[in-house]
Amino acid sequence: MIDFVVLVLLTIITASTPLVFAAIGEIVVEKAGVLNLGVEGMMIVGAIGAFAVAVTTGDATLAILAGALSGLVLAFIFGFLTLYLLSNQVATGLALTLFGIGFSALLGNGFVGQTYGGLPHLDIPILSDLPIVGQLIFGQDILVYLSVVSAIGVTWFLGRTRWGLAVRAVGENHDAAHSIGFSVALIRMGAVLFGGAMAGLGGAYLSLAHTPLWVENMTAGRGWIALALVVFASWKPWRAFFGAYLFGGITIIQLHAQGFGLDVPSQILSMLPYLATIVVLVLISRDDSRLRLSAPACLGRSFHASG
Amino acid sequence: MKRFNKLASLTAVALATATMAMSGGAQAQSDPLKVGFVYVGPIGDHGWSYEHNQGRLALEKEFGDKVQTTFVEKVPEGADAQRVINQLATSGHDLIFTTSFGYMNPTLRVAKNHPDVHFEHATGFKRDKNVATYSGRFYEGRHVAGLIAGKMTKTNTIGYVASFPIPEVIRGINAVAIAARSVNPDVKIKVVWVSSWFDPGKEADAAKTMIDQGVDIIMQHTDSPAPIQVAESRGVWAVGQASNMSAFGSKAHLTAIIDNWSPYYVARTKAVLDKTWDSTDTWGGFKSGMVQMAPYNEAIPADVVALAETARKGIIDGSVHPFAGPIKDQSGKIVVPAGEVASDGMLLGMDFYVEGVDGKIPN
Repeated sequence: MIDFVVLVLLTIITASTPLVFAAIGEIVVEKAGVLNLGVEGMMIVGAIGAFAVAVTTGDATLAILAGALSGLVLAFIFGFLTLYLLSNQVATGLALTLFGIGFSALLGNGFVGQTYGGLPHLDIPILSDLPIVGQLIFGQDILVYLSVVSAIGVTWFLGRTRWGLAVRAVGENHDAAHSIGFSVALIRMGAVLFGGAMAGLGGAYLSLAHTPLWVENMTAGRGWIALALVVFASWKPWRAFFGAYLFGGITIIQLHAQGFGLDVPSQILSMLPYLATIVVLVLISRDDSRLRLSAPACLGRSFHASG
Repeated sequence: MKRFNKLASLTAVALATATMAMSGGAQAQSDPLKVGFVYVGPIGDHGWSYEHNQGRLALEKEFGDKVQTTFVEKVPEGADAQRVINQLATSGHDLIFTTSFGYMNPTLRVAKNHPDVHFEHATGFKRDKNVATYSGRFYEGRHVAGLIAGKMTKTNTIGYVASFPIPEVIRGINAVAIAARSVNPDVKIKVVWVSSWFDPGKEADAAKTMIDQGVDIIMQHTDSPAPIQVAESRGVWAVGQASNMSAFGSKAHLTAIIDNWSPYYVARTKAVLDKTWDSTDTWGGFKSGMVQMAPYNEAIPADVVALAETARKGIIDGSVHPFAGPIKDQSGKIVVPAGEVASDGMLLGMDFYVEGVDGKIPN
């Protein structure tokens, strides 16, 4: 029984990790006042970038870097268009997703049908041999650890560092931030690039660890789920982390319920991850005044110094 | 919000792809027959849409510059599909293949407004003067796969990654259950619905879930090769869907049920060229070559391969029927008496599980 629970938890971790990356990245972007709806596009380009490098070089580290870099390059396009050419963020973000899906299909043409052995697990000596928690906590691959570290790191960065304060200032009131000497465009660009790299890592996790293969459209809407998580988590990294695991957890548990032949219509079970995640996150963020405080006031608004 | 966004993005993708595909070659000298294809997945899915696209390529090979083909991939079922089909019809296509069940009503609606265009809808059951339907008797392939699975399982549990509870999918599950239990009466079928035709991550999770619950053979009625890969990494068996998926797990891949649309597409295009096209209903199986089996895994014992081949040949010569009575439903009630076989009508409207399948059909 314990073994079975461990297996279930392991599946939940793999289902949740891509969402953690994408959501944590987007939180930083949105905290800086930029709404990038291109998460899905950056994820899928990250997925093919990582997979292509993994298959050609066989080097997992290079592959992960390539995934992050692919997302980052796409994010740079978005940042350049919206922050320097002041294009509409919503439209540009949507276009980025469309472009990402199509471009990844083009890049991935030669990689359809290829397989990759999967990311190596970093078994921490001694600890990974412990019963139950051994494999669960100390026997994961590097990206799972990185996703946890990034959630903690971003919480610390946004809340406790000077640069985190600058990011938030730019997102709350870009005119004020500009007037005290911050370069709004530069700080936002940094946040956008970080978000792109994180979305790329989320995609890389999909194509390297979750389902180590390349098929077109393999992100299948996870970027949109991450975007929704950010809003329902009221821009708090730890809540988004929790939300991602809640979503992943219920997704897996409902599959198990079906496998055991539970007498509940599968449509309701399929709906459950979405429903439960929204309800729970809305409940924990229901305080109205606090919600207003956490939503970046300049979210989605373009800034120009002359303006 | 997520659904809306996804829908919006898919709409835009569909429209963008449609425009791109169409601007591809609108000008040609000798007025070739324009044939359009609408796919539900990407042509790189290595499953359903991939095989339809192989059929399209076969057309180009067969007819050369007498035909000009267009395809639009990743078209979501529903309102977007109607826009895409309509655009194909208005841009001079004479023959349009709409290759997913959910395109049924959109195809019929567009066909009403374009009486001169020939439509072919895959897996549907509604026809019109200018709408023909076609599908494969995939259950014949599933019968053969079920026999092999029944012989190969050690835990006597077969897992089935299913998409949507439509008769086509339920028929496949039942065909496997009947065949597997005919060689191994202790077999149970576990079904997990992922509510999608194509979501590699979710399909993989469903496969992992069932393996964790003791399944040692994974079958699927979804289109990505992810379940095969999971089976390979977990050391259990799997049966490929729609095309040969052995590249994704050569050890796990027992066989696959291959959809071969090329002969049908060639015949139907020829009919339009010869002006003999008629609204027909085609349901082809092993006999017409529309359904084929991928090479059997070398690890399958010779007697099991012989069993599978006997069944396949029997289906071709009519001596074997995958739904031969007596067939009982889950409650033990006889639905097909001994000595009879299920009618095509019953197969097409199948909405019950047979004995040996766990759980209930979602409704």
